[in-house]
This record gives sequence, structure tokens and C-alpha cells, in this order.
Amino acid sequence: MALLNAENVSFSYDKRIKAVKNVSLSANEGEYIAVIGHNGSGKSTLAKLFNGLMRPDEGNITVDGFSVLEKKHTFEIRKRVGVVFQNPDNQLVASIVEDDVAFGPENLGVPRAEIKERIDFALSAVGMEKFRHSSPTRLSGGQKQRIAIAGVLALKPKILVLDESTAMLDPQGRKEVLQVVKKLNKEQKVTVITITHYMDEVVDADTVYVMNDGEIALKGTPAEIFKQKDRLKGYGLELPLAAEIADKLIARGVRLPDGILTEERLAEELCALKSKI
Amino acid sequence: MRIEVKDLRYSYGEAKVLSNIALDGVSLTVEEGDFFGIIGQTGSGKTTFVQHLNGLIKLGKDCGSIKVGGYDLGDKKCDFKALRASLGMVFQYPEYQLFAETVFDDVAFGVKNFMPEVSLEKTQEMVKEALTTVGLNYDKIKDKSPFDLSGGQKRRVAIAGVIVTKPEVLVLDEPVAGLDPVGKREFISLLHRLHGSFVKTIILVSHDMDLVAENCTKAAIFSHGKIYAVGSPKEIFSRYEELQNLGLDLPVTAYLTRALENNGVKINSDFTVDGFINAVRIKTNGKIDGGEL
Repeated sequence: MALLNAENVSFSYDKRIKAVKNVSLSANEGEYIAVIGHNGSGKSTLAKLFNGLMRPDEGNITVDGFSVLEKKHTFEIRKRVGVVFQNPDNQLVASIVEDDVAFGPENLGVPRAEIKERIDFALSAVGMEKFRHSSPTRLSGGQKQRIAIAGVLALKPKILVLDESTAMLDPQGRKEVLQVVKKLNKEQKVTVITITHYMDEVVDADTVYVMNDGEIALKGTPAEIFKQKDRLKGYGLELPLAAEIADKLIARGVRLPDGILTEERLAEELCALKSKI
Repeated sequence: MRIEVKDLRYSYGEAKVLSNIALDGVSLTVEEGDFFGIIGQTGSGKTTFVQHLNGLIKLGKDCGSIKVGGYDLGDKKCDFKALRASLGMVFQYPEYQLFAETVFDDVAFGVKNFMPEVSLEKTQEMVKEALTTVGLNYDKIKDKSPFDLSGGQKRRVAIAGVIVTKPEVLVLDEPVAGLDPVGKREFISLLHRLHGSFVKTIILVSHDMDLVAENCTKAAIFSHGKIYAVGSPKEIFSRYEELQNLGLDLPVTAYLTRALENNGVKINSDFTVDGFINAVRIKTNGKIDGGEL
């Protein structure tokens, strides 16, 4: 049984229009899942359903066997599913960074000594140790987001849901966070579900789900997904820029192989094509 | 309107504390007609800098000078309302700033606030034009609550509220963050449309190097509250190693150019995608000609 299992889930905010329609998705332990889709396609709604912030109207989601439909399971589910949202301002609660990070574990009744360890771990994971005693209000947007991520990491969740959490970070900050997330995924087998508009954050995922108008329109590996350029365009999405450039070079007659998704790979392939004569 | 900033200094709290210093002697000129990119790491002073341009952050005593067209921001008699009508500012996630009960009231706020002399009829005309410019249907949307709109629509309404006074200069801080790829593309083409009409100058603060390389005519790199370099995207993005040392990414085109250069292939382009693709010399066998280094 998958760690997180969503079966035929539907949800509506106003009982008229379904924001999420009949979605089935399963996440295994250690899996790296990316969910992409245009603005308003239902991705963020899905994130809120995963940890029981909202409950499905139809279908069910189970986490480690606990059903989100049962209120008494809410606590068990939130221990396992940590969600980092788009806007860190909505997610920071305390006036000092370390208190903010401690908020989650304190609520779970984690012993004091361990809380300290968890703060150390979480702040160093996001590269914010220096700001331990700062006020979050004095931090930049990117720094705030890293604190929000640290707050979730301090809960040691089995599943980390990132709802466009890197959108406001600078390239360096984004890379650091992605590295942290990938490391947690690889070394600690944390399951990652990342909801993103950055096509280049998708290329390393094990499985990609494409959402369109509340439904899962496509599912597959990144290579399988990005092969379907025209369908993606129809869903309001695009290829990663490196893939787009590769396509255009092929159209001009450069003999590049298919399926290039990253700039690293494209650079390699281009260098290999240097004429010796 | 030419924007001329000289030796601008600003600190959050006491300047004696080094970490409080946000701007440490910034001098920068943005010419009328520029599509100007401002890049730099988080905390490098980009946002603090642009917030000075319309007086949102007051220019301190002995903290340099700022001139925007005929407005001297250090002058006590500077008319900030008029300045703000002609230098529009769009913040990060502008949709969070919508507040009025209807889209009409929200967009009209800028007119009422900055141009109180304008009649209701004229205001209506201006609101209609602004909403049409951003691609929204005035009659369909004007009476709706801004909070009932989709994210993309909200952002357009927020932009309409800024361009309603027809500013000559438009300053945007991370304007495409959070938009999906198609929304992003549409938004950028909106910026170019505006740049070809009443908006003469655009200043774009962004972390997205591909965006800057593709769209800007000039760019400045901020680092630790100072300007590190100013130039065309071609000049800026060919400083590969320095950019990396500053913790900044390269646009994909510059990344590829550098990799090829290290392998003996010279590509001379302006770092736009089409510029790069057309600069690659392709042999009939599909291989790449090295050219002269």
C-alpha cells in the first residue's frame, strides 16, 4: 500500500464547480512526485486535501493508512504530511525565527532537548542558522520562505508537500532549497510532492502528474511528459527552456538526440557535436 | 523621464550596524526608453532601491540624490502625488493589494488618489481603457468583486490599477512570480505592448535571468547594497565567473555559450533565445562549426 493514496477525489469550494475532479494519485515512500498545471487547475487545492486542511467531497485520501475523512486522524496525518505554501507570510507565526521553527514540534509535545536538535537541523538544512535569533518580519521574502520550510522540516514529516514554495526565492536560494529537498528525499526517504510552475524542477521527479481543469490529464516520467509538447501547450504549460532551445536547434538542422530536458545535458550534447574539421 | 540616482544610501535601523545597510552609495541612470533589468541576490538592495524611486522610502538627509524627470525627490516641495501618477509601481504579488468592493473601484483608486481633479466621467473612461489594455472585458468585470477572480485575472486588475494614470515609467518587482508558463508569456507580451505605448521606460526587478536576457535592453547587477555592474544583457551575462561568485545564475543561453566556449566553439550572440540559435554555425552534416575563438 502506498504511503499516500488518493482515490477518485473530488472537491468543490462552492458546491457548483469542482476544483478537483476524480483525482487518483499515489505516493510511495521515498518517491519524488511533481504536479504541474496552469493557474487554477486545482493543484493547490490538492495540496490542502493531502493533509486534511480540507476534506474531499467524494473519494478518499489515506496517509499511512489513516483516512482524512475521519476527524480523529487529523493529528496523525499532519504529523506525516508537512505542507509549505506559496506565501511564507501566511505561514510564519512567531516573532523570533527559532520560536517559529519550534512551533510545530512544541505542539506535538516533542521533548525540549530534541526540539533544540530539530531547530539546529532544520535551520542548517535551509541555510538560515545565522538568523536564529532574528525576527521573521525583518527577513526578505526568500529568507522567510526558507524559515517556513524549516518549520515544516522540524516536524520530520514523512511526506513533504511543496506548494510553489520556491517561487519567490532567488536562484541561489531556490537551488539550496531544492538541494535540501532532494537530500531529504534521497537520504531520509522523505516522500516529496512538489507543486510547481518551474518546468526545470520537474525534470528530476520520478513521476509527473499534469493537472488540467481539476483533473489529472497526464501521468508519466518527465521524459514521457515532455515528449508531448503540443498537449502540454494545450494545458497552458511549456517545455523547460533547455528543451525548447534543443527543439529549435534540431529544427535548424543540428543533430541532437531527442529528449533533452536540462541545460547540463544540452551543453554536453552540443559540445559533442563540435566538428573536428 | 530620465531617472538619475546619485550616491544613494539607506539603512534599516542604525547605519552603524553593518547588516542594517541596505544601500551603500548607489549611482544609476536609467534613460527614457530603457527596458531596464535589475538583478542581484535576495537582500542585495534591489527592492529598497526601487522603493526610493517614487518616494515610498523617503530619501534621507545627506543620503544622495534622486531625480525622476523634473522631480527632485530631495526637494521638500516635490509633488509626490504627481510623481506617483507618472511612475507606477507594481509590487511582488500585486494581487494581494486588491482591496475595493468592485474591480472598478479598485482600478479607479489610483485616479482618485493621485489625480483628484479628474471628473467621474473621465475616470470611467480611464478605468475602461486600463482594463482593456490588460486584456480584460470592462463591462463583464467592472462590477465583480476582485476576490472572485482567478489569480491571473487578479494580477491583471492590479496592473490596471497602476497603469490607469498612464505612468511614463513602470517599475515592476518580480512581476511573473507565481504565474504559469502561459500566463507568464502573456504578461511579458503585455509589458512590451505597454512599452510601445504611453509607458516609455520599464524597470524590471527579477531573479529570472532568462527573462532579463530575453527582454531587457540594459541591466544592473546589485550586490551588497552596491551596483556591481551595468550594461547590456550581452555585456552583463558574459561575465560568467563573476555572476557565479555573486550567487547568480546564468541565462540558459549564456550557460550554453560558456560550455561551448570552453570546448573551443565560439558563439557570438546577444543571449536571447533566437539570437543564440541563429548564432550557432551548423554544418551540413548537423555538426557544429567551431568558428574563431
